[in-house]
Amino acid sequence: MQTIEESIKTKKIPNHGNDSFDTKVKQGALSIKNVGKIYDPEGVHVEALANCSMEIGAGEFVAIVGPSGCGKSTLLNIMAGFDNLTQGEILLDKEPLATIDQPPSPGPDRVVVFQSGALFPWKTVLENVIYGPVTQGGMSIAKASLRAKEMLSRVGLKGIEDSYPGQLSSGMQRRVEITRALINNPKILLLDEPYRAMDTVTKGASHQYLLELYDLTQKTIFFITHDLDEALYLSDKVHIMTSRPGYIKKSLAVELPRPRNLSMLTSKEFMEMKAELVEAVHEEAIKAFKAGEREMA
Amino acid sequence: MNPYFVLGLLCIILLSLGAWQQKKKAALYEISWGAQIIKTITGRSFCLQLAGFAAFVGLWHVTVVTFSLPWFNRLPGPWECLLEWLSPDPDYGVSIYTKDYYTHILYSTYRATLAFALATVLGVAFGLMMGWSKKFYDYSFPLVELIRPIPPLAWVPLAILVLPGIEPAVIFVTFMVAFFVTALNTLLGVQSIDENYFRAAKCLGAGKKRLLMDVVLPGSMPFIFTGLQISMGAAWFSLVAGEMIAAQYGLGFLIWDSYSLIQYPVIVIGMVTLGLVGWASSAIVRSIGRKLMTWRERELSESGMGG
Repeated sequence: MQTIEESIKTKKIPNHGNDSFDTKVKQGALSIKNVGKIYDPEGVHVEALANCSMEIGAGEFVAIVGPSGCGKSTLLNIMAGFDNLTQGEILLDKEPLATIDQPPSPGPDRVVVFQSGALFPWKTVLENVIYGPVTQGGMSIAKASLRAKEMLSRVGLKGIEDSYPGQLSSGMQRRVEITRALINNPKILLLDEPYRAMDTVTKGASHQYLLELYDLTQKTIFFITHDLDEALYLSDKVHIMTSRPGYIKKSLAVELPRPRNLSMLTSKEFMEMKAELVEAVHEEAIKAFKAGEREMA
Repeated sequence: MNPYFVLGLLCIILLSLGAWQQKKKAALYEISWGAQIIKTITGRSFCLQLAGFAAFVGLWHVTVVTFSLPWFNRLPGPWECLLEWLSPDPDYGVSIYTKDYYTHILYSTYRATLAFALATVLGVAFGLMMGWSKKFYDYSFPLVELIRPIPPLAWVPLAILVLPGIEPAVIFVTFMVAFFVTALNTLLGVQSIDENYFRAAKCLGAGKKRLLMDVVLPGSMPFIFTGLQISMGAAWFSLVAGEMIAAQYGLGFLIWDSYSLIQYPVIVIGMVTLGLVGWASSAIVRSIGRKLMTWRERELSESGMGG
């Protein structure tokens, strides 16, 4: 059995024959073009997104930061297929994913990992992980189980296959949930503030785990957060979203080498980028705060 | 010697034993069966439970036998009832040694079980449909809310008119109550499921049918089983009401018949038996629920132990 580190070195992972961890063909390039979203066009007019555009390269790790309620989650929901857009379009690998006429639908090529976690509490870890492949009909239970066990042991989760999610720590739960997403070989992983409710120590460990997996799989990752350190430490590019209606105000390329390590968190480059990021986000936060005050008055 | 005095003394001894046990607070995780039984018997909560019983029986004895208070003087005392219940040759023909006693229990249990089973199958299905389909909910919910408050006994005349014979009518009345409780709890259960579970299942490729089987049904299971326990209780009380009005056998019939025949101890025997049978049926439902929801049991048992 290879460890994660070895796998990273060889950039290869044995699998059941298809291209589940194949990193040669890069997939998952997203173009978000002038996306707008108006909630309830007939009644209360809430403009969540307006003219929101960004380009995400295949295999890129992007982080979206912005004040609470700015429309980050709305954008993620549209990409995941939980919600439609009212303006613009989104292309996935040059194919239309969501347009005004073609509302998106959820699918295993874009799996979401949720803020509060959404492992099925009534299924064991193994049953959770094999749920995707078995439900889509592509794999028998036996085959999927074999593969799931292999993946779980590779990410340090050996021996918990028969536990229920409620018996695991929040850090382990997220790891299982990410594994449940990755077994479907998605083009893009959508993470909606997955580490929000975690303590600092668990969060740190979870970051390391996610980075390892990213280096291993080279999937496109769309990561929503409002923790600026987290955004910088994990991603290739940080997009700052404005307060409602949300659009991308500024993008910041993170020029830290991979694999990332903890010493980078205190490096000079990191601090400079963080200063830049804090300034931009702070401006939006103040705007959002004032807008909130107006709404309350 | 007065039996109540002995019982009271026993309670006091057990209570002090329990308090002492509490102080020791030995952390025993793996203990033998025998030790477990002894621990339960000497445990504080068991003693309190016993004390509760003793207080109830004591109050009964004092009001009915000792002082024979004006309103209570026609009631039988606890000792009289117990003797009748356990007598091989009962004065009024019903005790644990007579065939009649078990015939009544069997009839009631059969009716309650049948009605409960029907109500569970149909009620869960109906509740799931209401929670699952907005259309079905709109069709049915106002109607359900209108029919539900009608007390079970109000159904008896119509049930007798429509259904062939008295037996189905009694079962129908029992069924009605259990059905609504089950259906509404199932609906609540479906509504309580976190939206993210649906979203996650859709992401992983689940269609409508799989969502129903993999998310809606297991997700509403805790509420369904809470509902089933309530519906079991409701089934028993409407059954007894039904039996009192229209039946030839059954515990409800036994109680009402004994009242007419002035066989008062038998009323108490019937009531106590109902209590026991009702308690046993709830316990069965609970244990089935535990079996079906291993995940919940394990979650609850391990919460607080960290992870």
